[in-house]
Amino acid sequence: MGVAGDARQSVSSGLDLEAGPRRQAFARKALPYALIAPASIVIVAVLGYPLVNLVWISTQRYGFRELIQHQGVYIGLQNFATILTDPQFLYVIRTSLLFTAVNVGLSMLLATLIALLLERVSRPVRILLSAGLVFVWATPVIPAVNLWQWMFDYEFGVVNWLLTHVGAGDYIHHNWFENPVQGFAVITIIVVWGAIPFLALTLYAGLTQVPRELVEAAEIDGARPWQVFTNVTLPIVRPLFIILFSLSTIWDFGVFNQVWVLLNQRPNKDYFLIAVYSFQESFRVSKYGLGAASAVVMVAILAVVSIFYIRETIRLTSEELR
Amino acid sequence: MRRTATRVFLDGIAILIVLVMLFPIYWMVSTALKPGKQILSLTPVFVPTQLTFDNFQSAIHVPFFWNDVVNSLIIVGTTVVVSIVLAFLAAAAVARFGFRGRAAFVVMVIAVQMVPLNALVIPIYLLLDRVGQVDSLIGVIAYYMAVVLPFMIWTLRGFVTNVPVDLEEAAMIDGATRVGAFMRIVFPLVAPGLVATAIFGFIQAWNEYIIAYVLLSTSSKQTLTIWLASFTTQHGTDWGGLMAGATLTALPVVVLFLIVQRYVQGSLTAGAVKG
Repeated sequence: MGVAGDARQSVSSGLDLEAGPRRQAFARKALPYALIAPASIVIVAVLGYPLVNLVWISTQRYGFRELIQHQGVYIGLQNFATILTDPQFLYVIRTSLLFTAVNVGLSMLLATLIALLLERVSRPVRILLSAGLVFVWATPVIPAVNLWQWMFDYEFGVVNWLLTHVGAGDYIHHNWFENPVQGFAVITIIVVWGAIPFLALTLYAGLTQVPRELVEAAEIDGARPWQVFTNVTLPIVRPLFIILFSLSTIWDFGVFNQVWVLLNQRPNKDYFLIAVYSFQESFRVSKYGLGAASAVVMVAILAVVSIFYIRETIRLTSEELR
Repeated sequence: MRRTATRVFLDGIAILIVLVMLFPIYWMVSTALKPGKQILSLTPVFVPTQLTFDNFQSAIHVPFFWNDVVNSLIIVGTTVVVSIVLAFLAAAAVARFGFRGRAAFVVMVIAVQMVPLNALVIPIYLLLDRVGQVDSLIGVIAYYMAVVLPFMIWTLRGFVTNVPVDLEEAAMIDGATRVGAFMRIVFPLVAPGLVATAIFGFIQAWNEYIIAYVLLSTSSKQTLTIWLASFTTQHGTDWGGLMAGATLTALPVVVLFLIVQRYVQGSLTAGAVKG
């Protein structure tokens, strides 16, 4: 039982001493519900209802005509049949999964290395590195995408100049977005650059919780640094790892802003990640039913990942909550 | 001896990482401060030899800048003020009462943050379209409230839990009512956390893109993140202006973030907050 649990109990026992009339007892029971009611209403109305509605729209033909009439036509699972047999949608799913795997892998790997580095550098350098990370973290995503757009500009971009002058080849007037593999490499840089600070600083905070004596004991027993990491450090920060891993997956699978803004709101078909595809189908070609169906697929895939996240988060805080 | 050599080596790597990570931000700000000739130069000017505020001047004269600043402030301000009150009530309930359904409420608060907003844009647009609230600030505000509420509840719960209940009990023994004790004892102690959480909600709402992009189609009603697209036309991009605009949009957020980051760091893993 956690501190909060004890505390709560003592408050209620304190209250029991007053043992007022029945109305007071009822008011006391109703109070917490009254307190959570406004927030619950907003969350259910603004998030819950649309979520149900999304599933409903995905079973309808909802095009431009239906938009004007404000009324879709029920067609069962036809939208799902359409997208799941559409080679383009299958390409979108494959691209999104690959993109997510690469981005999550790279962000987690680099963040872990930086977190371990933070533990081992001298104090002034640690402050400098943390401050730098916080600065990057603070930079809002849309201005960040704009600045990377400028760095990778084909004509005056500083990246092309740097690559050419360090002898990596001739990148003068090189257009990074002609070839989707290179384009996605740029998007990956933007996403990973933006994700590292949060992941690295959170992991570092987790690493500082690892008892120093355990590490020293392992070292005295002759464990190599790698063994110390896998056998002592990792098991302790494992729950945090799972949480960060699932959060990253959720974020990276739903990437939209980076693609949309980087490609000036007109990404070509090669760049359709699932969120971009769903948006394009709905708001550019007015096939809201199909867009909703692909969004349902996205939510379903993410729901699986979320379960891991929610379970770990609750496990980590359950001591406080019980 | 070997230990110091390793440390110097690691320090070197860390400094290199800082430089690489920060270079893009330096490049944004320095471009914003350069005259046009040094921006569109085939050899990049790494250290601008003359500084100018021309790009900022032209950025704030781009149509609808002030309009969109006001819109951003109205939307974000309303969202934060209303949500922080609702969140504080809910957080107090979760932190101070044991009641049936409490665990379910907590799970909902955590789970709801996992719903990808990009997926909900379609029903939200269609629902608001039906009631004629597309292109109105109200629809965006309602949506943003739901976005910041779960995180706020979760963070505030932590702040309230950290205030010892003994303090409240002492006040109650001295004759204060339960609500009175809470407001007079807990509230002042939680106030800094309340401010930090509100600021964090401000940042989240200020940075939001897709909802504002879909719902607000009239230029005079948009927010700053959408306004940034106006530097790119079919004739190309005004890089100096865009970097100045991006710096202006980012600046308030960066300043606020640096202030509150350490207050909320602990609760961030429990929220889909990327800053």
